[in-house]
Amino acid sequence: MHHVVSSSFDEHQVLHDLKHYLPSQAPLKDFIHHNSLHAFDDQPFFEALRHASAIFGYKTSLSLEEYRSLYHQGRISDDILLHVLTREAGEQAGEWRTRLLSTPYDDPAPPRIGALRARWKQHAAVDLDAVVHPLLFRVVCSYLDQGIAIWRFPVAEQGFLEALRTLERSSMSSLFQTRRARSLLMNSACHLPDLLGILVGDRVWYERYLFDQQFAHQGWSGLISAIEDHPETLLIPRPLSLHDLVVFECLLEIDALESALGHSWEPLSAHLRTPPEGLFAPVLPDEKSEALRLWQLSFEWSYFDQVLAGLRQLPPLPPSQPTGVSGPRFQALFCIDDRECSFRRYLEQLAPACETFGTPGFFGIETYYQPDGGKFYTKVCPAPVTPRHLIYETGAGTRNDRDPHFTRHAHTAHGGWLISQTLGYWSALKLFWQVFMPGAGPTTASALRHMDHTAQLVVKSDEPPTIQDGLQVGFTVAEMADRVEKVLRSIGLVRDFAPLVYVVGHGASSVNNPHYAAYDCGACSGRAGSVNARAFAIMANTPAVRHMLHARGLVIPEETWFVGGLRDTTRDDVVFYDTHTLPGGLDTLHAEINLLFEQALDLNAKERSRRFEMVNTARSAGKVHQQVRLRSVSIFEPRPELNHATNALCIIGRRSLSRGLFLDRRSFLNSYDYQQDPDGIYLAGILQAAAPVCGGINLEYYFSRVDNEKLGAGSKLPHNVMGLIGVANGIDGDLRPGLPVQMVEVHDPVRLLMIIEHQPEVVLAILAQHPATAAWFALEWILLVVAEPETRSLYCYQSGQLVPYHPVTRHLETIPDLAPLLASRQENFPVYLLHNPSL
Amino acid sequence: MTAFLPVFVLIPAIGFCISLILPRHHERLIAGLTFAVVTLQLLAVVILGSVWLYQGHPVTDIKEIVLYRTAGYEFFIDLYVDRITMVYLVVGTILAFLVIRYSHHYLHRERGYKRFFYTILFFFTGYNLTICAGNLETLFIGWEILGVSSFLLIAFYRNRYLPVKHAVKVFSIYRIGDVGILLAMWMSHHLWHENITFQQLLNYERVHEHLAQHSWTGTFISLMLLLAAAAKSAQLPFSSWLPRAMEGPTPSSAIFYGSLSVHIGVFLMLRTFPFWEHQHIMRVATGLLGLTTALVTTGIARVQTSAKSQIAYASIAQIGLMFIEIALGWRHIALFHFAGNAFLRTYQLLISPSIVSYRIREQFYEGPQPGYTAAFLPPRLRLTLYILSLKEWNLDSLMYRLLWNPLKWAGNRLNFLTHDRVLTIVIPAYLLGVASRWYEAWLPGWLRQGLPVLFAAIGLMLVLKSFTARHKVRMSWLLILMNHYWIALAISFNEYFEMEHTLLYLSGITLAGLTGYLCLAWLNRRESLDLARFHGHIYEYAPAAMIFLLACLGITGFPITPSCIGEDLILSHIHEDQLLLAGVVALGLIVDGLAAIRIYARIFMGPHIKTYHPSAYRSA
Repeated sequence: MHHVVSSSFDEHQVLHDLKHYLPSQAPLKDFIHHNSLHAFDDQPFFEALRHASAIFGYKTSLSLEEYRSLYHQGRISDDILLHVLTREAGEQAGEWRTRLLSTPYDDPAPPRIGALRARWKQHAAVDLDAVVHPLLFRVVCSYLDQGIAIWRFPVAEQGFLEALRTLERSSMSSLFQTRRARSLLMNSACHLPDLLGILVGDRVWYERYLFDQQFAHQGWSGLISAIEDHPETLLIPRPLSLHDLVVFECLLEIDALESALGHSWEPLSAHLRTPPEGLFAPVLPDEKSEALRLWQLSFEWSYFDQVLAGLRQLPPLPPSQPTGVSGPRFQALFCIDDRECSFRRYLEQLAPACETFGTPGFFGIETYYQPDGGKFYTKVCPAPVTPRHLIYETGAGTRNDRDPHFTRHAHTAHGGWLISQTLGYWSALKLFWQVFMPGAGPTTASALRHMDHTAQLVVKSDEPPTIQDGLQVGFTVAEMADRVEKVLRSIGLVRDFAPLVYVVGHGASSVNNPHYAAYDCGACSGRAGSVNARAFAIMANTPAVRHMLHARGLVIPEETWFVGGLRDTTRDDVVFYDTHTLPGGLDTLHAEINLLFEQALDLNAKERSRRFEMVNTARSAGKVHQQVRLRSVSIFEPRPELNHATNALCIIGRRSLSRGLFLDRRSFLNSYDYQQDPDGIYLAGILQAAAPVCGGINLEYYFSRVDNEKLGAGSKLPHNVMGLIGVANGIDGDLRPGLPVQMVEVHDPVRLLMIIEHQPEVVLAILAQHPATAAWFALEWILLVVAEPETRSLYCYQSGQLVPYHPVTRHLETIPDLAPLLASRQENFPVYLLHNPSL
Repeated sequence: MTAFLPVFVLIPAIGFCISLILPRHHERLIAGLTFAVVTLQLLAVVILGSVWLYQGHPVTDIKEIVLYRTAGYEFFIDLYVDRITMVYLVVGTILAFLVIRYSHHYLHRERGYKRFFYTILFFFTGYNLTICAGNLETLFIGWEILGVSSFLLIAFYRNRYLPVKHAVKVFSIYRIGDVGILLAMWMSHHLWHENITFQQLLNYERVHEHLAQHSWTGTFISLMLLLAAAAKSAQLPFSSWLPRAMEGPTPSSAIFYGSLSVHIGVFLMLRTFPFWEHQHIMRVATGLLGLTTALVTTGIARVQTSAKSQIAYASIAQIGLMFIEIALGWRHIALFHFAGNAFLRTYQLLISPSIVSYRIREQFYEGPQPGYTAAFLPPRLRLTLYILSLKEWNLDSLMYRLLWNPLKWAGNRLNFLTHDRVLTIVIPAYLLGVASRWYEAWLPGWLRQGLPVLFAAIGLMLVLKSFTARHKVRMSWLLILMNHYWIALAISFNEYFEMEHTLLYLSGITLAGLTGYLCLAWLNRRESLDLARFHGHIYEYAPAAMIFLLACLGITGFPITPSCIGEDLILSHIHEDQLLLAGVVALGLIVDGLAAIRIYARIFMGPHIKTYHPSAYRSA
């Protein structure tokens, strides 16, 4: 972007730039992970860290002390440190080692942002933030409110500024203290340059001033910017632009200054003797930033090197399952989500004849969904996609059970009088139950609620298709065949179909959790993946679809049946859909497999529980599982599950590439068979989805972890829900975008390492064709390693080249039995080889 | 039964003391102890409460310990139980029991885990002492504990800006309530000529006889009690503090501001009802206050768009109704209302984070719910009311304008009083004052009349100066100390009494003053300090912060030193017709507390000035 101080002020450009830098988090119900520093993603990773830190005061890496302590704990390996230093610093590796380990460095300088506007306080002794923010937030939140206030903002449909004008015109009170601000609103067009002329004076500083002003409350500004871009995210529509927010804030500032200083105050530039440093002036690397970079590389590669060594050391598995392995044979498709990593491992361990696959959890079905009785459509596919289809549900039971404690009458004087003396006593009992015997209730956000398993899904379209609100209801046969084919081919499931193929989406359940949407499937726009999984199975079981696939060379045997399902990642429960339609003979097989799922779920819950300090992992899997289930319905549990915490890897390749490695639930797993895709056409599609989705999740965790106060949401314990759209601390605070500390505290801030199984030259060719995707790797926001399928040689992507990589780690330990290890400690484990994983 | 009464205060108090010495990182031990304490308390309440009921719920009063006795004055701890106490005891114990159990998991891994639990126990001790108090003096001690523990829990996230700002704000309003009680205590000494117990207030003839002679005095006492109750229970014009107190972890907001702490004003009204039952002015004033509060805050509650502030204002409106109920004499309804409201608001606050998924689902399936529109009003009035409610009727800025601004204005007028001048003028003047006390008999009568007010005013001036100082931390601290010395001197002119009283008053204050001074001097050698901004030094100097906090409490007459009794004793030497002197001294004591807590907040709390670790935005 172009940043020079110029005497012209291009309002549109400045607002556009502002929106670019503000956090872009949608309202709570549509929470989607994204790179917190997305505004800097046109720079190389470490350069971006430096700039973001100097400009906005973010802490963008661990501190030197934290790195040093990781080193002393052995979590940064000395070998890797030396390796990294030799590679990066050559001859000076020794000196750098001393610096890294013991040189003290100064604390960071105060950030550039805010330096200009701070002059009000210095020169005029007016604390604008303290006066303006509370009223600004309150008015904006009342305007946007989605259903907390009983008395909603009147005349809101006119647009924000017009609504304010009506409010001022038709009432005897005013939001302003002084006549000047009010008359500017009522009698002028409120052109931004005019208002800034009053406040700032010299045009040169307008842009800077607006950055300072909006970044003093980046939570609200960012949310409003997101709402401006996606107004449909609000169920109760509220047109509001960043421009209108800025205008109102400028008016409130004029009001505050006028009220504190009288009529004779000068604009800010009159006080400006020494201009502040340019906001976007380049930030040059210094010794400290270099030290932090080297530490970060050492930290990342201490883990990645083990993973790569593991890939090299794994005994090669036969590409397809050997015959003669005992147990039922089935195949199961899951989301690429890192939370499926361990579950798939247990399933494979319990049923050695099964095969598991990973593909983004919307299963290629981009659609809107309308539950039975729902007044709105819900998007259930990756956020950037705009679906043209609608799937709806019929015949569902009621799911809007009530909790009288949320009744609006409790908040009025007369209603409250009655309710406090009746329901109030019931509250004490209710609280007693919830504290000592937690159970699900109307307050729980349950994964199962998304779709009723007894209801029907309308997936197939009429002939000709019906159009409803511009969306096509259901999919035609050709459309269904396209989607089924694309998914099956991309994961390499094109032959050897087992009698039962499971398609399992995922969702989460929690209570008392405003961030509930962040726990569901990211590939389904923060919803559970049940609709997509079930719809996929319905499509793949449709004879006409199979017929068409057959014609395209993808033969699914008639005996094969697809079963949709949903796994609750919090409770470790699974439900299967439409099992009553199973063809005869498959019921018993399904029942047998269902038992295996149950066992795998128990074991998975046990493995997850090792991160929960208050659960004793050493107990039997069944008992541990029961305790884990309880977390999802306990109102006092701020960590129902740990979501994507500790994610570090994304493996795109055949299962045989990593089956047998213990990756500690840290890997996204996307199935892909290079043999089915010699030109990398499907791979390109996978990368286009996986890089932003997995990269976004990884980077949001990274930044929320290293600076939980500015880039994360802080502790969730004092959070207060504002207007159903965001959380703030207390009642006067700014919104807190990002992830709360309870979600990220166990996360190791490392970038994502993507491992692709294919020929290096094919990968390079794909990257050359898709520059937007390639930028993630070229600028090192995601690290990339290519594993050559035949030889398992490894190539690391560096400055546009694939350079051979030889792991430093020589030997990995083999673990015969996981159970004692899991109960031993909470921290991340190194990579282990699993003993004889095919049995 | 009588013998068991102290148990209700001792269990939490002992628990609090033990909790202080537990290891900081041992969550299980900390939560376990706290839970054991409330469980024990619950058992005690159930068993002893049943016995008490079985015995026909007798009103019981015991004089526990006499802390100080002199001619015509006795400061004693007195415990008392009646229906009101029992209801508050049962509700408080049940809620503490549930909320502490809740917090055991909820606070897991939070920085300040131990601090949270010992502050809760400290609060619980204060609560039980307040509701079991048999006289104003005992009640005052519990009342002070409630104030300090509130401050600590609001500022639980002590390195963020807003929690600290709001904690100081709430403390300042509590301070008004404190002085209300102090003045009520002062006047009742003169009314009864002894430290009266609540049980004696039940004696209608006796109360009536005294009030008939001194109706003005009675009204004054009642109004001071109403002031204290209004401040503590967030009635007008103080209401805006309650939502702003919701800065700590949700369970602490639930138990403090949803239920127990905020209903203490109601308790005070119920407890002193026999005293003002026959004062019509007082009953009308209480009823009107409750009515206005209920009307205004129910409007404010309707426009709130944050889950917690909505509950806070809804709760204030209910408390307003309780004030009406008490004014009408419906004390049992008020008690019943209190218990229901406390349970309801606690639970609502605890499940408030669920409101997002709940309401979104409700809207998804039923469409946006029709809102309230105040349709019965003409449109112009309707919108006016909306704006006023949105701006909380300017209550927050009103508090600022009425309380802080005049003090700041006055303090800034004292800029001529440089620190050098303080040293060169005020100290010699003080010595002159002490000397003239020696030769008092030689002074003309009009001068002797005027001197106490003059001296108290000098003290007030000094402490105002301290309150507005932006630099010179140690000097500001000493100015607070000097205020007490001037007050002592002023009163010593007022009446002949023994030097011992003055010593009692100044002993603890001086000790606290020296401790605080040393603490600041020690820190000053390590860091640069001023009062123009927050420093957040507690991040690195937690032990020093603790010592300094104790010094702040000591210097403001908190019941950890004998000065607490001394303060009450000294006040009793102001005559009932010396309203000006009492006013100046009281104002001095208010500002004194504010100035001390301001120094503590500015030096030790707020965003840390060092940048090596993440810190939140000021607006966060």
